Amino acid sequence: MRNLFLWVALAIAVIILPNLVSFSQQEVLVFMTINILVVASYRLLTLTGEWSLGHVVIMGVGAYASALVTKELGLWVPLGILVGGLASALIALALSVPLFRMKGFYFLIGSFAAGEIIRLLWKRFRDPFGGAKGIKGIDPMPDFSIGIYQFDFFEPVSYFYFSAVVVAFCLWILWRIEKSPVGLTFHAVHWQDKLAQASGVNLRRYRTMAFVIASGFAGIAGALLAHYIGTINPNSFDVEVMVFVLTWAIVGGTGTFYGPILGCVVLTILNEIVLRELGLEQTRPLIYGLILILSILFMPNGLESIVQRVTRRKDAK
Amino acid sequence: MFELLAQTSLNAIYAASYISLVAVGLVLIFGVMGVVNFAHGELFMVGSYVVVALYADRMVPFFVAVAAGLIFVGLLGLLMERALFRPLRDNPLGGLVASIGFLMVLQALAVLGFGVRMEHIPPVTQDVITFADKISIPVARVYVIVTAIVMLSALWYFLKRTRFGWALRASAQDPEAAALQGISVTQTAMIAMFIGAGFAGMAGALTAPLISINPHMGHSVIITAFIVIIVGGVGSLEGAVLASVVYAFVHTFVTTFFDGVLADITGLALMLIVLIVKPTGLFGSADRA
Repeated sequence: MRNLFLWVALAIAVIILPNLVSFSQQEVLVFMTINILVVASYRLLTLTGEWSLGHVVIMGVGAYASALVTKELGLWVPLGILVGGLASALIALALSVPLFRMKGFYFLIGSFAAGEIIRLLWKRFRDPFGGAKGIKGIDPMPDFSIGIYQFDFFEPVSYFYFSAVVVAFCLWILWRIEKSPVGLTFHAVHWQDKLAQASGVNLRRYRTMAFVIASGFAGIAGALLAHYIGTINPNSFDVEVMVFVLTWAIVGGTGTFYGPILGCVVLTILNEIVLRELGLEQTRPLIYGLILILSILFMPNGLESIVQRVTRRKDAK
Repeated sequence: MFELLAQTSLNAIYAASYISLVAVGLVLIFGVMGVVNFAHGELFMVGSYVVVALYADRMVPFFVAVAAGLIFVGLLGLLMERALFRPLRDNPLGGLVASIGFLMVLQALAVLGFGVRMEHIPPVTQDVITFADKISIPVARVYVIVTAIVMLSALWYFLKRTRFGWALRASAQDPEAAALQGISVTQTAMIAMFIGAGFAGMAGALTAPLISINPHMGHSVIITAFIVIIVGGVGSLEGAVLASVVYAFVHTFVTTFFDGVLADITGLALMLIVLIVKPTGLFGSADRA
């Protein structure tokens, strides 16, 4: 009963919130909503103990795929977003073949390399990816009405509601996956890989599964972004964005489902309210860098898992 | 055709010389401290900006500016060791994340100090050495090649022939056993960090007049360095130098005969293949994983 009350309160807050803030802050709310899906999906991958540096590029795969199928093939935008998620999942499935021959540091570097290759391919092939300038004039969401509310997607508020519903649904699925036997197996793959293997768990299959599911949701997030801003290019998905995602996840702590989301929300608010109001937008990378350093030095809870893994590997040597 | 091949090879040797300076530093830091320094490309960038600040803006002689770059970035390395890597010694991936944070700080400081525009540096010398009429190499590039060879030889001598070098290699092989022999882990870490960072800074300083300098130039440097150390085997200094040569030749030839982006893709693909087929690297020993 109390839970239900909390959820209703949260829903009302989400509905009221965009009406209390300025236009540019409404836009920030849209980006934050999409970013929440990115970090939450990133956490699913970290459940198995692997840290990827290619997640943002995978998200870009969804953005490019959705932009292309709606622009070139005239597919209905909501379907395009689904295609985006599917494309990311398929690319992840293909990448998992070479990448999951590696673990830990090597996986990190391997995912980084794979991501960079994809980004360079976008840059290299002007047809169909538009080269360094990317794709412009991506179809916006078509307006529609649900009786009590008229969705007009020139307004950030409408897109905020739309993306909030999509993201909330995705988060619910991610939550269900984490609490399902499959999700528990992800934990086992991370913390007790030898024991899990001895119990007949195919480690590589579960790592691949986490990677593919996480990538699929990242793709949906990318597609949501593409249809909102209307233009994407290879630099929209570069390492700097990946560092932001990493920062949100680490500052929030990946130990819990809500940790990365909390990190994303807190840092976005900090960025918007503190930095923009003080006119310190320019120093954002500096502040983020310092926050990353300070949180890893003084509040490394999010990284507890890695410590454990590395120390265990040291013992095994 | 022969001229083109010879010319491209000369360009590749130049590329190999500064890449190996960067990669050897990265390997040294990884070997001794077990940390992958993501900020290594930015250390290169800082080295370049030291030359911008001293040589281009204040007319300090070029080689004095390069030496200043080596020392300044080396000290920056000591700062990183003390502030980041020492507290995170038992947490190598934490060190990696901290170095990503440091990378962003350095980039932001470069933007604040110098702006995002590309810096123009007056050429050190306009002289060009020409062989057989058609093959030529600017003297500025010869400086880079010669300095790299001298510095790498000095490092080799230091590591193989001096007591400090022995201590360093011992710590890299087995920190606990080294500590039991009375070798200070902290001291060796500081030496490795100073040399590793300093080499990256010097490579940046040396090549500053030859490349376009901007606060985000470290990105391509670190990618190159990663490719090289993976191909060469993560813990192997000799491997890093050999892989630098291999990579420089592949990259330069693909750039010359096809295009630059394809060369980048080839380099990354080379690294992925090595990661898949032989994760210990082409020249790495088997027990280094």
